[in-house]
Amino acid sequence: MEKDQDKVLTEVTSGEYKYGFVTDIETEVIPKGLTEDVVRLISAKKEEPEWMLEFRLKAFRHWLTMKMPTWAHLTIPEIDFQEIIYYAAPVQKKGPDSLSDVDPELLKTFDKLGIPLEEQKHLTGVAVDAVMDSISVKTTFRETLAEMGIIFCSFSEAVREHPTLVQKYLASVVPYTDNFFATLNSAVFSDGSFCYIPKGVRCPMELSTYFRINTSNTGQFERTLLIADEESYVSYLEGCTAPMRDENQLHAAVVEIIAERGAEVKYSTVQNWYPGDKNGKGGIYNFVTKRGICKGDDSKISWTQVETGSAVTWKYPSCILRGNNSTGEFYSVAVTNNYQQADTGTKMIHIGKNTKSTIVSKGISAGFGQNSYRGLVKVLGKAEGARNFSQCDSLLLGDKCGAHTFPYIEVDNPTAIVEHEATTSRIGEDQIFYCNQRGISTEDAIGLIVNGYAREVINKLPMEFAVEAQKLLQISLEGSVG
Amino acid sequence: MLQINELRAAIDDKEILKGLTLEVKPGEIHAIMGPNGSGKSTLANVLTGRDIATVTHGSIIFEGRNLLEMSPEERAREGIFLSFQYPIEIPGVSMVNFMKTAINEQRKHRGLDPLSASEFLRQMREKKELVEIDSALTNRSVNEGFSGGEKKKNEIFQMAMLEPRLAVLDETDSGLDIDALRIVANGVNKIRRPDTSVIVITHYQRLLEYIIPDYVHVLYDGRIVRSAGPELALELEERGYDWIRKEADITEESWTTDQK
Ligand SMILES: Nc1ncnc2c1ncn2[C@@H]1O[C@H](COP(=O)(O)OP(=O)(O)O)[C@@H](O)[C@H]1O
Ligand SMILES: [Mg+2]
Repeated sequence: MEKDQDKVLTEVTSGEYKYGFVTDIETEVIPKGLTEDVVRLISAKKEEPEWMLEFRLKAFRHWLTMKMPTWAHLTIPEIDFQEIIYYAAPVQKKGPDSLSDVDPELLKTFDKLGIPLEEQKHLTGVAVDAVMDSISVKTTFRETLAEMGIIFCSFSEAVREHPTLVQKYLASVVPYTDNFFATLNSAVFSDGSFCYIPKGVRCPMELSTYFRINTSNTGQFERTLLIADEESYVSYLEGCTAPMRDENQLHAAVVEIIAERGAEVKYSTVQNWYPGDKNGKGGIYNFVTKRGICKGDDSKISWTQVETGSAVTWKYPSCILRGNNSTGEFYSVAVTNNYQQADTGTKMIHIGKNTKSTIVSKGISAGFGQNSYRGLVKVLGKAEGARNFSQCDSLLLGDKCGAHTFPYIEVDNPTAIVEHEATTSRIGEDQIFYCNQRGISTEDAIGLIVNGYAREVINKLPMEFAVEAQKLLQISLEGSVG
Repeated sequence: MLQINELRAAIDDKEILKGLTLEVKPGEIHAIMGPNGSGKSTLANVLTGRDIATVTHGSIIFEGRNLLEMSPEERAREGIFLSFQYPIEIPGVSMVNFMKTAINEQRKHRGLDPLSASEFLRQMREKKELVEIDSALTNRSVNEGFSGGEKKKNEIFQMAMLEPRLAVLDETDSGLDIDALRIVANGVNKIRRPDTSVIVITHYQRLLEYIIPDYVHVLYDGRIVRSAGPELALELEERGYDWIRKEADITEESWTTDQK
């Protein structure tokens, strides 16, 4: 058994993070540190209109009055915000119109990540916006989508070409004063994806954004704004990776979703940022504000997340259920192995009548990982007939990891029904041995058990990504039971 | 096919098996009987590679290979099967998925392609009938919420699917009513090919009325103290273990072992 354990351990250290490479490409970086001048510089580089700069400056001035919050169940060393580079962009021709304008090095990078940018090579039915460091490199299938009136482009382009839409919806769900990291993002965000689905349109393909951090010492601050007009439907997927580095890197994004009357938005995340090495050195700080509003009646927003990466994950994809009969869903699998930490969950704010929300959270902790579910279900006084069901499960591998659940329930309407269930279980040596005795290796046994445990969430992912997510779960737990 | 030689094994420095020797030839059925705590399950654990007990002395050769150097899964793939005294529940893992993984791992080990879905399902159906297991059970998670009897049947069902060369049945009869006992025992008989060897660990003689052993061994305090033909089982049934205890204790330094 000793020998086995050693073997398993070497496998983990060698079979590690697949996406840890660095792309050697000329990158334009601005000096590190954050001042009003830096904010102006970012805005100037993007040739932004005055209103955009004003928004940034307001946010920046507000941010100066704020302190990084400490309430999460996380241990985070102090972050020196003056040591971070706030803008880094691979040098290429401005606004590549065709693929031949995109640097071959970049194409190769995304190919290697399994995200080919050539449309004919891509998974059928998936359009991609590829973001490297601070800028969007290429958005595929734009023309096809444009024929249906769907706008899918980088955030910078949206600011230039669809200023009315951006101005109407930007910060309407996450105000620039919202929280420390959202405010920081509002000041320095560099790019991201923008998407608008017009009335009555069912988006025929998966839309996705792939985020890649490449340059060292940079933070990535992108914004996603997703608007589903009345009676429209879209399924959106976000993926992310980063090179292996010894220093921590900050990723502080903002995602806003607006669902008008009768619209449905599915937002899925497969988060695989570099988690740090097995001693907890390096890795991404993933501090993201994600929030959607079901603005119109009968609208629906569904968040699905599979979080396997990052040194620290700190986020609560949430739904404001303002329209009557609107629905919010949150399905989450979060893995913390080695020294990874996660404090994640959701907020469901019931404002409209007969609003429904479902929360399914599956935490998996291994090694020295710390995994917390934190969730708020709030039912306001007028939310007649509101319903919530929450299921929070924790699975532990080994005895040095931790799982914690912090449910907050605030109900101001007596007709509301709020249910909360929680379980904690452990993968036992006896279960592993039972599998071994049937010829199944320990790694495969953990894979079977974990995927069984997470199936309810994985099944919510678009099919093309479910298999990927399943593999990712198994890989991220490799070697966690000796 | 199996030679156990002077085997000693300890749990937390306490010696449980104290020099056990046993040879099983292809196609033979050996019954191992003995009072609670005599080391029967420990022997099953050592044979299958569960690391609760540590082997301190002796050897086990299986099909010419040193068994003690093989991982538990390798032993399983080589054809050693244990029907667990206490089968384990694995929530979230369906029996179908579990069985498919197990079979295909075994096939891979033997250089065979994975079974096709239809062939796999055909075998599932056929083997389910053999042990009269309810179809609904195989749609559930492994052993989850199964009754004691269903768990035991499920063990034999898995044995039927995996067709082992050496099956170790650890108290498969305990907790079974007479009907279930008959089904399980007949199942074992039907599964067995002429060269399949079986070690039946049991407390009672009644299982051995159906699965007729070639040899009966009495395990007492970590040693085989008596071996004979099937008639020994009857004698034990009639006279209990006390006479064995007395006989064994007379010939041993009994004051050093704790009395149960
Ligand atoms: N996991 C364990 N930890 C400590 N002692 C054990 C463990 N399993 C068995 N033993 C001890 O080993 C001895 C033999 O047990 P076992 O092999 O289960 O006997 P049997 O199956 O014949 O009833 C007993 O004294 C028992 O208490
Ligand atoms: Mg026993």
